[in-house]
This record gives sequence, C-alpha cells and structure tokens, in this order.
Amino acid sequence: MRMRTMEISVGAFIVAGILALVMVALRVSGLTVTTSSDSYQVVAHFSNVGGLGVRAKVSMSGVAVGKVVSIDFDQETYDARVVMEIEGRYDNIPYDSTASILTSGLLGEQYLGISVGGDDEYLADGDVFEDTQSALVLEELIGKFILNAVNTD
Amino acid sequence: MHKLLARLRLLGRAGLEGFEALGRSVIMLSRAIFGRSVFGSRYQLLLAQLYSVGVLSLVIITVSGLFIGMVLSLQGYNILVTYGSEQAVGQMVALTLVRELGPVVTALLFAGRAGSALTAEIGLMKATEQLSSMEMIGVDPLKRIVAPRFWAGFISMPILALIFSAVGIMGGAMVGVNWLGIYEGSYWGVMQNSVSFTDDVLNGIIKSVVFGFVVTWIAVFQGYDAIPTSEGISRATTRTVVYSSLAVLGLDFVLTAVMFGGL
Amino acid sequence: MELCEDPYIEMQGLSFSRGERVIFDKVDIAIPRGKVTGIMGPSGTGKTTLLKLIGAQLRPDRGCVLVDGENTTTMKRSKLFSVRKKMGMLFQSGALFTDLSVYENIAFPLRVHTDLSEALIRDMVLMKLHAVGLRGARDLMPSELSGGMARRVALARAIVLDPEMIMYDEPFVGQDPMAMGVLVQLIRMLNDALKLTSVIVSHDVRETASISDYIYVVGDTHVLGFGTPQQMLNSEDPRIRQFMQGLPDGPVPFQYPAKDYREDLLGSGDA
Repeated sequence: MRMRTMEISVGAFIVAGILALVMVALRVSGLTVTTSSDSYQVVAHFSNVGGLGVRAKVSMSGVAVGKVVSIDFDQETYDARVVMEIEGRYDNIPYDSTASILTSGLLGEQYLGISVGGDDEYLADGDVFEDTQSALVLEELIGKFILNAVNTD
Repeated sequence: MHKLLARLRLLGRAGLEGFEALGRSVIMLSRAIFGRSVFGSRYQLLLAQLYSVGVLSLVIITVSGLFIGMVLSLQGYNILVTYGSEQAVGQMVALTLVRELGPVVTALLFAGRAGSALTAEIGLMKATEQLSSMEMIGVDPLKRIVAPRFWAGFISMPILALIFSAVGIMGGAMVGVNWLGIYEGSYWGVMQNSVSFTDDVLNGIIKSVVFGFVVTWIAVFQGYDAIPTSEGISRATTRTVVYSSLAVLGLDFVLTAVMFGGL
Repeated sequence: MELCEDPYIEMQGLSFSRGERVIFDKVDIAIPRGKVTGIMGPSGTGKTTLLKLIGAQLRPDRGCVLVDGENTTTMKRSKLFSVRKKMGMLFQSGALFTDLSVYENIAFPLRVHTDLSEALIRDMVLMKLHAVGLRGARDLMPSELSGGMARRVALARAIVLDPEMIMYDEPFVGQDPMAMGVLVQLIRMLNDALKLTSVIVSHDVRETASISDYIYVVGDTHVLGFGTPQQMLNSEDPRIRQFMQGLPDGPVPFQYPAKDYREDLLGSGDA
C-alpha cells in the first residue's frame, strides 16, 4: 500500500516535470513543433544589417512567417548576405517584394520585414530579393539630418 | 621565520587533505555508479529515494518559485515602466528564471532540503554500524545505499528546476498581467520572441543537470565520509550545505561564461 | 598450543595503526575451529578493530589475515564480499537496518545471496526468529525493539545464511542480567548446535569466561596471554591478573599518563 502511493506520487512528480518542460518550451520560448521540415530559404543582400541577428523573426504585415538562419559577408558583392527560412505555407510571396530591416519600437530588437510587391511570380527556394532596404543606423541618420540642416541654410 | 614556516606547513597539510578527500570522493562515486549493481530490487530502491529526495522537495520548490517569479515581475515592472517598456517584463522574468535563478536557486534549496538530509541519513547509518553490517552481510553499501540516492538526486534536480522556472513564470504573469495590468499578449509575446529553446532553456537544463550531479555527490560523500559520532554528523551536514552552495555558485559563473559568451 | 593445529582464523605478524597511534604491533592470533574464543582486554585496546581486521573491513599495515586458509588482506573487493558470506557478525548496537521490519531484516541476506522462493525464505526467517525466541516480533520495526531484543534479532540475521563463523562485538554491554543470561545461553547453544567457530570480543570477564573455550587477553598493542578461562583467571602475569580480577590499580595505572601530581598542583602555573 505504501509502495503504491509512493509510485503514484513519483509518477506525478515526473509528469509535473514534463509538463513544466512543455510549458517552458511552447509557452515561454515559443518553440513551434512544425520546424524546418516544411520551409524554404530565400536570400537577401543588404549594404548594412545593423543589429540584425541570427534567429531574428521575418515578418509580413507584422505576422511572423519565418526566421533568419544565417548572416555573413559576401566577398564578391561586398555586402551582407542574409539567408532566411520561410514557412512552407507562405508560398505566394511576389517576386518583386522588398526585404527591409526594421526595429520593433524605439529600443526593441531588429527584425526583417517583407513588404509585398505585385508580381505574378512567387519567390521559391534559393531565390534572391531584388529590392532591399538596409538598417537605419542612428549615426548616419543624425549625420544626414545635420547635413540637410546645413544645406538648407 | 619559524612561525611563517609553521603556517606554510599548515597550509600545505590542508591542501593535501583536500586533495585526499577529493580523491576519496572520486573513488567512492565511481565504485557506487560503475560496475555490477545490486540485486533485483534496484527499481524499488531508486523509487523510494526519488520519493524522499524529489517529491518531498516539491513544496519548497513550488512555493519559492512562485514568490521569486512574483517579486521579479514586480521589481522589473517598476524599473521598466520608467522607460515605457513594461511589456518587456515577461522577457526579463523568463530569461532570469530559465537561465539563472531556476537552476541556481533550486540547487541551493535542494542542498538545504535534500542534500543535508542525505548526509545525515548516511552518516547516521554509518554511526549505527548499518553500513558495516551490510558490508559483512556481503552487500556493498556503496551500491545499495549510496548509488540509488545519488541517482535520485541527479534525476530530481532538473525536474525540480524546470518546475521552479515554470511556476515562477506563471507567478510573474499573475503579478504582471492580473495585478499591474500589462497586456497579456505582449507579456507572453515578447517573452516568446526573445527566449530561445536551444540557447536559453536547454542551457538552463544543462546547468541544473551539472548542479544535480555536484550537489548530490557532495551530499552522499559527506555522509559516507563522516566521522561516525553525533558531532561528526552535524559537521558533515553543515559541510554539505556550505560546499554545495559554494560549488553551485562558482560553477554557475563558469557555465554562464561558457554558454552565454565571455569565454 | 596443540589446540591450534587447525585454526579457522590465523593472524600473522599483524600491525595496524591509526594515524600516529599504534593499535597492534606484530600480533599473532589463531582462532581454533569449532570453539568459542573470547578476546578480552580493557576498553580502547582495539578489540573492535581486531574484528574489523578479521572481516577485512580494515586492512592491516603489515602482516596477514588467513580466513579458512585464504588470505583476505590481498583479496579483491568483489572476492571479499563472497568470503564474508561465511562470516556472521553481531555488532555492538545490533546495526539493524532501520528502514526494514524485523522480518525483512532477517530476510535481507537471503534475498541478496540466494534465489529461494518467498515461501522458503519465510520458513527460514521464522525458524531463525524462533531460535532467538522472537517469532512473535516479526512485524515490528527496529525502533520498537528493546536493546536486548534488537541484539537477538541481529543474531538471527547473522546466522540466517548458516555461516561457518560468527563474531560478537561486545554482546553483553548495556544488557540487563536477564537479557544477558539469554544471550550467553544462545551463543553457547548456537555454537554447539551449528558447529560454528565463535569469536567474542568483550570486557565482561564473568560472562565471557563462562562460555569461552579459550581466551586471548590483549592490551598495550600486544597479546598478553592465551589459554583456557581457568588458566587466565589463575594467571601469574600481573597485567592479566589485574584485568581478569578487576583490580583498580596495577601495571595498568589508574591514572591517565600525566606529569607529576605534586608538580602539577604546585607547579609554575603555566596551565
């Protein structure tokens, strides 16, 4: 009898541990069960990626559709090459869409936003964004602003 | 000059004794967990220890986790609200708990609650000659007494740490969302965007696995190595808590440096 | 000593020390087979250590211990456990496993070393419990037993595997006269009925002398004497005489070694 309650409580203990793991995985870290099994990769070149990092989200109209998988320097074109992974169900992104690096809020993280174009053809695995917009770097922005102010004088 | 040499000699002796104890503990552990194990009822022995080490620690772990999560949420809100980014409270609570406080505080509480009990139990068994008599019956007490206790602690620690973190994050949500009025969607949303399963959650679990190993090892060794008198056992119990706490905090720094950058 | 032609245990040139303190210095002891041998000596002379050396729980610094012809001092740990099956030991405190009932305590060695069926284990446990007169106490926990009962249960556990030898560590300490009488009778009876070799470590002269066939008197890192109880009681050696007859002062001084009394009291006052 004592053995039985012990077995039950140890069982419950382990179940509680697994539930906690599931909760932390799904609810806290947003781990999605549907991973790369059904997705395709697209490439975009930027002259400056700013603070964009690997695993940053890729969003369309504010909805996350994928994530950045790698960022490296392209030695032929002398710019940054960003590879992103987009979920398979979003397979109708027009070919002339624009990829831009945006910031969520004033101090928030940087992410990759896709503004939808109007082409009939859609991006497929391995395609490259033709139109990109680099990250806004605060120093450049301030520099331009001062330059403009000087010029208008 | 003479006094200085005497001091130096004392230091040397302490160092040698420390190394000797370390050696003994390594031998003890390897004898306990490697090689042929005890007869049949291994499962029942482990079960009984999982109960007394793991299940009985649940109350203190859940209650502490809940309160720590609530306090983190409250403190974080008061700081972040001045920058207008109170929606980041969820992120802060989750990262702090999953990376740091979950594994570390669980390990400290575990050392106080279960570690000291393990030391006292094994030490008392030694003092009442139960270990000797088991040896004379032909059963290795390292396998029969030490091994199941060690495994139970090793298995329980990550489970307890996960429960601690999960309860803490829910406690944080309770305070942040229901009391302070942070929008629920952004509490969880910001958290999900910034917490990574592989980098944060898994690293936290690795930490708690390491802590489980070290704390239980210290506890069973101190019990097994205790001087079998009431004073010896009380000293061993104190040493368990002190050494485990220091080891956990020190290792935490090293692990953090390795996992989250710096090294 | 023609009686020791076929000793069960032989210790040759045994030396053992704890830290700086020498406990045994080149001791030779032979325990005759099938007899009750008492090992006696003042408290603190390492009698329990001697038992632990026989059981190979401690290893001597020098010399060797032969158990039934096998050298245990150089034996591997795994082999030792099988040699220990031939020895039973009754610890001073009983050393029952506090988390198991009386029944399970006695069944423990059987479960470890045999594959007997549950029914057979039950019969054997009850037989051994009956032998020590505690068949009715099988469901009690060790914490519910009196000191004398705990020792009898431990005795039942020590003989459950039918060992060839049994060692008693201070079996008479802290027992009331009745429990002591029961134990004395049990030890003698078990030895004769099971053809055991018994070793009793004790400083209770009267009880030990009454059941032992031979007695060793140890003290001061050496064996002081060996013989029948009668020989020991009538010994001319002043150290043996002092111990066996319980004289307060003699070669073993009443005073713990100290500097001169007069000097200590009237001395320079540095204490």
